[in-house]
Amino acid sequence: MSCETWQEKIDAYVDAELSSDEMSRLDSHVRECPACAADAVRGVQLKRLTHSAGKRYTASPDFRKKVLAQIQSQPSRRFSWLGVPQFAAVAAMLVIAMLFWNHNAQLRQRDQVLAQVTDMHVSALASANPVDVVSSDRHTVKPWFQGKVPFTFNLPELQGTPFTLLGARLIYFEHAPAAQLLYQYQQHHISVFIMNDTPELDRELGKASLSRQLSFNVETWDAGGLCYMAVTDAEAQNLGTLVTLLKQASAKS
Amino acid sequence: MNQQARSPEMFEELAVPLFDSLFNFAHWLTHNREEAEDLVQETYAKALKGFSSFQLGTNFRAWMFRILRNTFLTSRTGLQAKMTVPLEPEEEEGPVVAAVTEETPESILLGRADQETVQRAIEQLSVPHREVILLSDVEEMKYEEIAQTLDIPIGTVMSRIARARRALRQLLQALPVAAKFGTGRSS
Repeated sequence: MSCETWQEKIDAYVDAELSSDEMSRLDSHVRECPACAADAVRGVQLKRLTHSAGKRYTASPDFRKKVLAQIQSQPSRRFSWLGVPQFAAVAAMLVIAMLFWNHNAQLRQRDQVLAQVTDMHVSALASANPVDVVSSDRHTVKPWFQGKVPFTFNLPELQGTPFTLLGARLIYFEHAPAAQLLYQYQQHHISVFIMNDTPELDRELGKASLSRQLSFNVETWDAGGLCYMAVTDAEAQNLGTLVTLLKQASAKS
Repeated sequence: MNQQARSPEMFEELAVPLFDSLFNFAHWLTHNREEAEDLVQETYAKALKGFSSFQLGTNFRAWMFRILRNTFLTSRTGLQAKMTVPLEPEEEEGPVVAAVTEETPESILLGRADQETVQRAIEQLSVPHREVILLSDVEEMKYEEIAQTLDIPIGTVMSRIARARRALRQLLQALPVAAKFGTGRSS
């Protein structure tokens, strides 16, 4: 299929609105076509920017209370016949609403972090030089980071596994140096980001989990004071296998 | 559907979590905090009143956003926007194809664009483009949900998103210099 045909689908690709068949065909095309790859990167960058910039306005606490009161002043409260005082029911609902809003705020922060690493993964793949150090040997890649990042980490032995280490590069994440490792699984690439696990990052990411970000699978976890984030367009199950190997390696340190 | 399913408690359970998103969307549409508050309040009042007609099992978020948008379009600010900008300018044009280029100066520009510049660019989009960008990228609605919210076919959603992003890119390319000297910033 021609580039022009794919260009029409770039937005739907970025929005994960293509069928899985079209998605994988466009994935393959993007790997071979620098022009379409550049467009895909621009699309992802723009979506990430608008996602973050668009969350701009917050209601005042007074207005929030006013609307909540408007909704909650409706008759037929479910607790009234149970003899529970009205004010207790309202207070409980306010607490629940506050917890929900706090939870939503954390989800938004988490989304922003995951969007950032997904963007870095896509940018690296679209780059002519996706890695600074090209090596499949973990004993070459790990020492390369000495003096570049303020931490050290162990990498797994991949002999006999379907994964290959392609290399790594130094990145800056939230103003601090961090490591990005690039692995290959069949035709898919997997970026593994390793950085210091700061309280801010901990708060933003919450518990370890697997999630979807612009059709990519993203898994996050922490170990040994470090925060790990793995991003790929490969199946979640395959990502999980590499994550298990990485966790086992970090447990040895 | 029984009466309990459409109780005020049910409405509260569904509607309260949407408050932040509705307010943000309303503010982007009106460019004004007081008008946004009026719009959100009226939306909740209308939704509460019409909740008995809401079909459970269908998309409640799309229903709420549709009420807010329709309320906005019939407000003074919404009518002014309608009169100054054609609401359906793009559907008559041909397919949208982004410019093919291997060089990515725009990519570099996007990488450097700060949040305020992007916000200024979004502000300058026409209402149809602004709302589709907000629903897609900020609210992360799927095309089908956006189609329900805006009451337009999915094909129109796709072409409108493509055109809105193209307009946003053009604004971002034009804005950095202006942003440097700009002083105004809405609340």
